[in-house]
Amino acid sequence: MKVSEIVEKLDLKVYSGKKGLDREISGGYVSDLLSDVMGNAREGEVWITLQVHHNVMAIASLKDLAAVILVNDLEPQENTVRHSDDENIPVLGTNLSTFEIAGKLYQLFNQ
Amino acid sequence: MKLTFSIQGGDFTHAGHPSSEVKKVLKQLDIDGKTIKNIVIALYEAEVNVVAHAWMGTVSVDIEENKITIWVTDEGPGIADIELAMQAGFSTASKEVREMGFGAGMGLPNMKKNTDELQIESEVGIGTKVKMVNYFS
Repeated sequence: MKVSEIVEKLDLKVYSGKKGLDREISGGYVSDLLSDVMGNAREGEVWITLQVHHNVMAIASLKDLAAVILVNDLEPQENTVRHSDDENIPVLGTNLSTFEIAGKLYQLFNQ
Repeated sequence: MKLTFSIQGGDFTHAGHPSSEVKKVLKQLDIDGKTIKNIVIALYEAEVNVVAHAWMGTVSVDIEENKITIWVTDEGPGIADIELAMQAGFSTASKEVREMGFGAGMGLPNMKKNTDELQIESEVGIGTKVKMVNYFS
């Protein structure tokens, strides 16, 4: 499954990193603790978080994540957007809570 | 091959730069993916520790045929009780740093888990010196 497919099926906003929309997704990871993501997320996963600052992209890039989904209508900071465009790792958004979007992504992924 | 980077305390904007550069070099050298992942995790955590706690620091990297050695040296408050600091969940990070999602007390355990050798020397009020070694498989 590609990032563009979850954007369409889960009605996600695309804030940045559009060139990365054809990245292949290997799964998902949910955490707001950066060291947890650093230590435990795996390559190709979609990261669901409420953190909007630039270090999110540093981690997404170092871990080769497929995309980041920001919850609760949160918007990325300016330098987060810039870094996302540089790395071609999309930052996506939803008005849903972490629980709801994680549930939907899990369901979609395990269909 | 030797690489050196400087880190400024409090500068979260550039946290991850040395890790990113080291990752690129190791990829070019065709080091296996798992080893690169381990090194990147450990180095990123060490960098963030300097940014979050110290005043300034240096990352020195020495890549040899069979291993990589990384020294992260800082001028900072030091660690009073290294054994305690190594415990998962223990943190002295500020409220601001925690709100960013750092400071969960997972950094040093992540470094331990992802390196073949980890040595920490520290002097309170002076600074901390971390040495990490990973062998290439």
